[in-house]
Amino acid sequence: MPNSVMNVVDQGGDRLVLHVGPQHPGSGHFRIIVTVDGDYIVDAKPDPGYVHRGAEKMAEYRDYIQNIPHLERPVIIDASGVTLPYVLAAEKIIGVEPPVRAEYIRMIMAELNRIISHLYWLAIYGIFLGHSTMFMWPMGDRELFIDLAESIGGTRVTFSYIVPGGVRNDIPINFKERALKTFDYFEKRIKEYEKIFFNNPLMAARTEGIGVLKKDDAIRLGITGSNLRASGVDSDTRKDEPYCMYKKVDFDIPTRQEGDSYARCVVRLRELQQSMNIIKQVFDLIEPGPVKQVLGGVMRGEPGEAFVRTEAARGTMFYHIVSDGDKIPYRVKISVPSFRNLIGMSHLLIGSRLADMPAIYWSLDYWPVEADR
Amino acid sequence: MVNDPTLNLLVAKTSDLFGNAIEKNVREPLRYLINWGRLYSLWPVHLETACCSIEFGAASGPRHDLERFGMLEAFGSLRQCDVLVVQGTVTRKMAPRMKWVYEQMPEPKWVIAMGACAISGGLYVDSYNVLQGVDKIVPVDVYIPGCPPRPETLIQGIIELQNKIRKSKV
Amino acid sequence: MPKKTKIETALIESLKKKFNTTIKEEYVKPNRIKFSTTSDNFRNLAQAVKELGFDQVISQGGTDYPDNNEFRVEYHIICVSIKKFRSIIFSLMTTIPKDKPEIETLIDIWPSAEFHEQETFENFGITFINHPRMEKLLLPEDWDDIPPLRKDFHLPGRG
Repeated sequence: MPNSVMNVVDQGGDRLVLHVGPQHPGSGHFRIIVTVDGDYIVDAKPDPGYVHRGAEKMAEYRDYIQNIPHLERPVIIDASGVTLPYVLAAEKIIGVEPPVRAEYIRMIMAELNRIISHLYWLAIYGIFLGHSTMFMWPMGDRELFIDLAESIGGTRVTFSYIVPGGVRNDIPINFKERALKTFDYFEKRIKEYEKIFFNNPLMAARTEGIGVLKKDDAIRLGITGSNLRASGVDSDTRKDEPYCMYKKVDFDIPTRQEGDSYARCVVRLRELQQSMNIIKQVFDLIEPGPVKQVLGGVMRGEPGEAFVRTEAARGTMFYHIVSDGDKIPYRVKISVPSFRNLIGMSHLLIGSRLADMPAIYWSLDYWPVEADR
Repeated sequence: MVNDPTLNLLVAKTSDLFGNAIEKNVREPLRYLINWGRLYSLWPVHLETACCSIEFGAASGPRHDLERFGMLEAFGSLRQCDVLVVQGTVTRKMAPRMKWVYEQMPEPKWVIAMGACAISGGLYVDSYNVLQGVDKIVPVDVYIPGCPPRPETLIQGIIELQNKIRKSKV
Repeated sequence: MPKKTKIETALIESLKKKFNTTIKEEYVKPNRIKFSTTSDNFRNLAQAVKELGFDQVISQGGTDYPDNNEFRVEYHIICVSIKKFRSIIFSLMTTIPKDKPEIETLIDIWPSAEFHEQETFENFGITFINHPRMEKLLLPEDWDDIPPLRKDFHLPGRG
């Protein structure tokens, strides 16, 4: 039994060291070691690694297609959004380009996964704040989007749908009608969410002014994703360095200036509306055609490197693949947004109250399984 | 008189009959009642191990409702829970903590191994940091296959556990 | 070789003017500028890139080359504050020998590299001098084998 694990040390006065997690309703698969002075947190040290499965090492033993299932499991709620940068990098190394219809379908899957991931985040935020309706309603609405994604990908969460060369199969014939019906229903539901969850004095008391992240700190510490956009920086990889066919669609980047937890919630809610907007435009632009370029034989890479970044649900995701000409990659380096946001968590927790810890921690949308890979 | 074989036989037969009557009319209904109370109010521990936890969360949602089968919400303290659902891969860092959690739960307690990684290591069987199956450290009652298992499969697994509890000796 | 845009040419020229021949430039694709240099000159190059306006470390890692007996240390930097630089990724690379794997930390230039450097330490054994916490982050506390991402560490049951 390692010694460093079970110490609750009395540091004299009112200071106490607490280990919060991993078995705790407010911590997830993660542990934070906080030092409290009375009720205020004076030091917070995150302790990740409880779900570290060695994805980078395992990727050096499998070829480019065999890597896709185990690389999408770290962020299982956003499965297509995180295999997209890997597949784009693998395509650069193999030297193949997908057909145009496949690029549009990839955008549909990535935006559907963004909606599914944000609704899961909102549901678990309800548990952390103690608001049971905020758990039940988004979980129920999320099932409708999972049905849409299941009709394309085949399973509920782990599709392994995007492959080098295109996508695995075409979308079903009546997909557009079902999707538009779901979007009409959900747009009315967003108005109800605003009335009940967001214009709510309890939610405001628990999230407004809590965990304020100023713009300079956000840029200096390397924060990414909706957290950066809620602090006033309108940076989004889909507009900064467009990939797939994002140049052809028209969408806004929601930003807020306050930088507190409430602003982060509102930014994610607006992103849901923007995602549905993008999918509707894709339906008008898409043309019939092939969806996969069939590659004969084993995919072999050219010697070289590829760096690709895309906008996953939690922030900018970066893949770096080094190849030496073999059919398995030499080195795969994954940089996930949750790992980069971890330093923001210790920065925000210092100086806040212990009771606000779940609200701040989950408002950064830190997914521990992703950060550990 | 004490060593009379006929009398001994008579006493033995009477106590047998009496014992059977008590077993049938008092102990069996009592056992059924206690097991019925236990299997319809299972409290799971809130310990998320890896990615199968999202399907456990989705199964608690409104579409596949776990609470109607008797699996309550995982909110309480560790000392009042009776089911440990191992949701996914157990890494070498998480393994001692999970064993301590299991040891702190009061009797009677049951363990459900959910997902391929908890049964045998699954997709990550050759990783350097993964335990190849959780039954190496805790005794498992029900194995639920899948990667991740659908909520309907999870419900079937919980009903299997309930059938097992219904038949168990108190 | 694709054509460089005006912005990229201006950035590359300003760095070359400052450093002359001590840095080596490899430009192969649009929006990806790669510079490599020796490990003693690395800090100066990083400071110059920071002064150009590039403010966030998006990734930091290493690669093991057992044939040359060296590690390659890599930093990838992006800019989010200046709009016209947002599409560019700067990659800075250097090599250090395997017998003496240490290099100076860059967290006073870019604080966002703190946890990345800690992870590279536990994966390869590269020590970052002046980093406050050179200890395990993701691996279990009682890990007693060689650092796992080196090429001489093999997964159980494989090669």
